[in-house]
Amino acid sequence: MKKATSKTLPKKKAVKKPAAPDYRIVVGLGSCGIAAGGHKVKAALMENLKKAKLNLQVSDTGCVGMCYSEVLLDVHDKHGQVYTYGNMTPDRMPRFVDEHLAKGQPVADWLVKASDRALPDDSFYAKQKRIVLRNCGQMDPEKIEDYMAHGGYQALGKALKKMTQDEVIKEVLDSGLRGRGGAGFPTGRKWQFARGSKGDKKYIVCNGDEGDPGAFMDRSVLEGDPHNVLEGMLIAGYAIGADEGYFYVRAEYPLAVERIKMAIEQAKKRGFLGKNIMGTKFSFEMKIKEGAGAFVCGEETALMASIEGQRGMPRLRPPFPAVSGLWGKPTNINNVETFANVPWIILNGAAAFASLGTEKSKGSKVFALAGKIARGGLVEVPMGITINEIIHEVGGGIKDGRTFKAVQMGGPSGGCIPAALGNTIVDYDSVGQTGAIMGSGGMVVMDDTTCMVDIARFFLDFTQKESCGKCTFCRVGTKRMLEILERITKGQGREGDIELLLELAEKIKISSLCGLGQTAPNPVLTTVKYFRQEYEAHIRDKQCPAHSCKELLKYEIIPEKCIGCTACARVCPVTSISGQVKKPHVIDQETCIKCGNCVAKCKFDAIKVR
Amino acid sequence: MKKAAGKTKINPDAGKINQVLAKYKGNKGALIPALQEVQVALGFLSQDSLRAISQGLAIPLSQIYGVATFYTQFRLKPIGQHLVRVCHGTACHVGGAEKVSAAIEAGLGVRDGETTADGKFTVESVACLGCCSLAPVMMVDNDTFGRLTPESAIKAVKEY
Repeated sequence: MKKATSKTLPKKKAVKKPAAPDYRIVVGLGSCGIAAGGHKVKAALMENLKKAKLNLQVSDTGCVGMCYSEVLLDVHDKHGQVYTYGNMTPDRMPRFVDEHLAKGQPVADWLVKASDRALPDDSFYAKQKRIVLRNCGQMDPEKIEDYMAHGGYQALGKALKKMTQDEVIKEVLDSGLRGRGGAGFPTGRKWQFARGSKGDKKYIVCNGDEGDPGAFMDRSVLEGDPHNVLEGMLIAGYAIGADEGYFYVRAEYPLAVERIKMAIEQAKKRGFLGKNIMGTKFSFEMKIKEGAGAFVCGEETALMASIEGQRGMPRLRPPFPAVSGLWGKPTNINNVETFANVPWIILNGAAAFASLGTEKSKGSKVFALAGKIARGGLVEVPMGITINEIIHEVGGGIKDGRTFKAVQMGGPSGGCIPAALGNTIVDYDSVGQTGAIMGSGGMVVMDDTTCMVDIARFFLDFTQKESCGKCTFCRVGTKRMLEILERITKGQGREGDIELLLELAEKIKISSLCGLGQTAPNPVLTTVKYFRQEYEAHIRDKQCPAHSCKELLKYEIIPEKCIGCTACARVCPVTSISGQVKKPHVIDQETCIKCGNCVAKCKFDAIKVR
Repeated sequence: MKKAAGKTKINPDAGKINQVLAKYKGNKGALIPALQEVQVALGFLSQDSLRAISQGLAIPLSQIYGVATFYTQFRLKPIGQHLVRVCHGTACHVGGAEKVSAAIEAGLGVRDGETTADGKFTVESVACLGCCSLAPVMMVDNDTFGRLTPESAIKAVKEY
């Protein structure tokens, strides 16, 4: 061992304060920013800056929510103005550096948001209320200093030093916060149970096993503001009397895992984790567990089995985790977004949180908008807003000017809400009445080209694969439902299939142990309820009204419109299109594989799909 | 650990496995992280590695096999040099993921789950990569590609 000095703080250089930079540039490097080419944009920016010799600072941030215009780049100038550029590419960097940074003239054409002017995309933010996402995209998630400068760890200080455990629980209870993982159980009640359980050892678990296809809220929060979730877990740990916590995160989210690890290390160094936190008697250790790819592990008892190193299979409740959880000890499990609300509630008070939302659903909710929507991304809206407001105002309506058909909420456990019910307000009970569920926040928007039978088949394919196999009705029933749906989408549907689906759905719902099985039939039930005529068209007329189910399609060339340019014949992979140059062509129905290449290629609208 | 004595019969993987086991021995809940780390080191979970983990952590082999086959992350067969994961989440499905998969599979001459004859690529469909607003999406190793078309997808893969 080298000579042990008293714990030295990280090296302090003789500080000579540099002049404040003229510009602070922030590049959006959440997973979506990176996928859109964020690193390349940053590299090109740095390259262009070398030549320019400017006094500025460049940093990274997480997802700000405007995923539809990634790569995003923010410029903060010394006068306090902030400009956000969208759809940035490496090619745009020279002009950006030259005009905005060197000459001080923002490039107006590329701006999506700016503090000194109104822009069309302002409506993306107008109806949002950001509590969970308040720091996402506003700071560098890899720096605890940034989080602290945004008020970070003040809530923990307040809870530990000024509030008793029961006062913390009462605050959360009074706020009306309900579990954001989907089921909507009151968080304060859950904490009360865990606090009331006797035990020498208690655990806090953060459920970050975001498995719903079409949902990415938790990923963005963990990537964009990991300390906020950590602080929420610490407050929960203090409230229930736990001294150990687990972050359970999907392995498919490597960046989130990396940022949580970083946050844990930083918090330890600052004394927010470890022994006698902030000089109090409260001590807490944090561990991270990476999931190994099993949707069912989002269910709390399966998740605990997975942490213990077993197959992630749910078990019967009671006993609830609050009584007997991880390794038989009282355990409190909440979702990422639930924890992310906690520091804000402690700092701003229960009343401020409860002033938002509806009678039974308080606060705000984060949604991941995706699918056929113009402005897909991450949004946070107050509870009580309507689905139409989210889709048409925040989301900017449907992509390519098509028609809004339905929105899928709640993933494989949820359902499709038709456009006709667009005025449904977003709260646990109202969404539940439609047959869908609030869920964790995935909102996949569908237009007139989406086949609802195919969507039902898609979800059943998913749940059937993800069923853990413990309950017969879930294991075998979902398989049988999938087979029927596959038959229907292939044009082999039979009279009575719909009734058979409904019968199986009912049996699976009542005979499954966990939420996965109990809710697996929901996508079928809601599509049959609202789009029965589409099922009937598939079964009786062997037609897919959305022109989506391949095997029910028929491609035909309209002789009057075809000029014989041969473009279609050249892209046909199976040479099914024949005809002489400058004469109408014909598609051989026997050999056509319905790939759609010809339709995409034809400039004369001469190919009809039926 | 570069000794690798020529004559001994020691499995070259044994060193890596032992490193992982030394870290997790005696820890509760160690099995899944141990499997994950061994898979990172070897690229897959070989029969030998599962036996070594069973001995090292004193967990029955049957139980380890049960866990390794339960979770989709674990693979019992080696994969190609690059792993192409095509997302088939809801948003990607609605956005045309099937056409992306078809183009990649046709371009590489393999089917879902298979490895190319030259051992360069393994193609796999996955449930959701969480980049839904950029759908359709795929990952090649750790690089994510969004807003794909069938053409841009196969082009990106072939650049590896």
